[in-house]
Amino acid sequence: MLIELLFKLRNARIPVSITEYLAMLDGLNHGVANYSIDDFYHFSRMCLIKDERHFDRFDKVFGDYVNGLQNLFDEVIGDIPEEWLRLEAERLFSEEEKKEVEALGGWDKIMETLRERMEEQKDRHQGGSKWIGTGGTSPFGANGYNPAGVRIGQKSGRHGRAIKVWDKREYKNLDSERELGTRNFKMALRKLRRFAREGAQDQFDMNGTIDATARNAGLLDIKMAAERRNAIKVLLLFDVGGSMDYHVAVSEELFSAARSEFKHLEYYYFHNFVYEKLWKDNRRRHNETLSTEEFIRTYAADYRVIIVGDATMSPYEITAPGGSVEHWNEEAGAVWINRILEKFPHAAWLNPEPAAYWSRVPSVKITHELMQERMYGLTVDGIGKAIDGLKRKR
Amino acid sequence: MTKKFESTDNYIATEDLALAVNAAITLGRPLLIKGEPGTGKTQLAEEVARSLAAPLYRWHIKSTTKAQQGLYEYDAVSRLRDSQLGDEKVHDIANYIIKGKLWEAFEEEQLSVLLIDEIDKADIEFPNDLLLEIDKMEFHVYETRETVVAKHRPLVIITSNNEKELPDAFLRRCFFHYIKFPDAETMEKIVEVHFPSIKKDLLAAALNAFFAIREVQGIKKKPSTSELLDWLKLLLADEIPADALHADESGSIIPKLHGALLKNEQDVHLFERLVFLNKRKQ
Repeated sequence: MLIELLFKLRNARIPVSITEYLAMLDGLNHGVANYSIDDFYHFSRMCLIKDERHFDRFDKVFGDYVNGLQNLFDEVIGDIPEEWLRLEAERLFSEEEKKEVEALGGWDKIMETLRERMEEQKDRHQGGSKWIGTGGTSPFGANGYNPAGVRIGQKSGRHGRAIKVWDKREYKNLDSERELGTRNFKMALRKLRRFAREGAQDQFDMNGTIDATARNAGLLDIKMAAERRNAIKVLLLFDVGGSMDYHVAVSEELFSAARSEFKHLEYYYFHNFVYEKLWKDNRRRHNETLSTEEFIRTYAADYRVIIVGDATMSPYEITAPGGSVEHWNEEAGAVWINRILEKFPHAAWLNPEPAAYWSRVPSVKITHELMQERMYGLTVDGIGKAIDGLKRKR
Repeated sequence: MTKKFESTDNYIATEDLALAVNAAITLGRPLLIKGEPGTGKTQLAEEVARSLAAPLYRWHIKSTTKAQQGLYEYDAVSRLRDSQLGDEKVHDIANYIIKGKLWEAFEEEQLSVLLIDEIDKADIEFPNDLLLEIDKMEFHVYETRETVVAKHRPLVIITSNNEKELPDAFLRRCFFHYIKFPDAETMEKIVEVHFPSIKKDLLAAALNAFFAIREVQGIKKKPSTSELLDWLKLLLADEIPADALHADESGSIIPKLHGALLKNEQDVHLFERLVFLNKRKQ
């Protein structure tokens, strides 16, 4: 019966394995969580789900699953003859409760109301809304409708709390598919680290040599090891302003996090496209600028240049002198980017816009060509590819 | 099963957390604990060990920790030195095997608790290197050709701060519990456990201020339970009356001694700016 739950979870793209499923059954066998649905919820979650990002999806599936069981229950209970219920009720009700029932208009009246409510409930359910969440507030909620629970007329619901844990959806914010969260960030960081750790030279490994020599009973055994920190130097150019700000913030954090892996890391900003000026502090962009010429002169050719921008603008802003939206530029952006690429052969452009749109926007196409096809998406994959490209000797 | 873990006199465990710990004990599986910093992940292991009267082995992981160090280390350098000095010990390699935390826990005759703290700090391969050891609770010592098997499966509690993804194969062998930030009710219990003599009104005022700070948009590092407890300690030490904490109508007051709650310069600035804006509105 629980197999259904397993497959429902897998359909919701939650990676649940057989091992975990068996572990859950093992636990149930040992009586870890057999006596309440809340315990079962917590226990099954801890067995099957290994990542808080999946909690929200699990809650949904679990709610669905439990609802399914409840529906089954309703189908069965619909056929129970009224006499049976009445007898059962008379057996279970105390004198006081019976009086209360009388006060509410007698048993028949109540059964009638109950039936009406049941009809209503069915209609509502067919309408597609969830009713388990409200089960606690109605005196005739499905939860109250069993022999032990026929406390009709009581003010509060049988369960005391109306909303089930899994209906609260407390873990919504942790779901990875919802938004670009820390997960992508971390994966990207890992790619960057790989970039920084490779391409190393061999050097003498003191500890390894001593260790190997000792193991070798004193015969010298020289070990070489790869240098851990390499000499990768990075220049980052960010397009700031407007829609890019969010992406800039993310990529800035990304590269700062990887900062310790680089020998040098410098940031510069530009707006829309690279012209004759760059700046370091976005708040003082009009006063403290660095001419791009000087930028090219300052840094050695072995720096890797990574440009982050959406490259979405009017094509004239790239190809024509005076095309910039902000100032009069004597020379076209294309000229400037070519100068940069001439000096720094290792370069890549990261674009936060989805790659599918690139071919439709002329300015992106132009930039892609100017970059000699080295434009990559600002995604984990894209960063990986960009790094591979930057590592290649040119 | 004889012993069960539940809230102790200085640690409040929610029902689901207690269930998780007990299930892990019953089934002898490791328990992976995640959650916001400061929600008592590491403390859990200590409290479990104490309430079950079980010995606790702490293995704190750093970025340089290797899985092998938890099992044993072969001290080759000492052996080399001893061989130069002609020490008799050198003939038995077992003299140079140093037991790791895992080995120590495996030797325990009764239930023990092994804490692997901040597993995410280690190298990416680290959890993979412990798969068999965690699963079968045994490992092989290559140098002496012996196999160490746990006499009594220890309760392994692993904490992670999410700095790295853990491999699937490793996760599959663990139970997982996410300690979520306590709600106001649980928080009250936690505080009561730590400061039984705290005045009701001061506590209520402090908790209000605390949750209000947590809700301020844009705060970089939200204050956590442990920070709240520190703050209360300061408030108590200074004997600050409860009404000093009550926000006026607009909620515009910087709580006294806020340094214990806000650990980030930018957050303090942000907070002060908000308060300033609020005051101007009046």
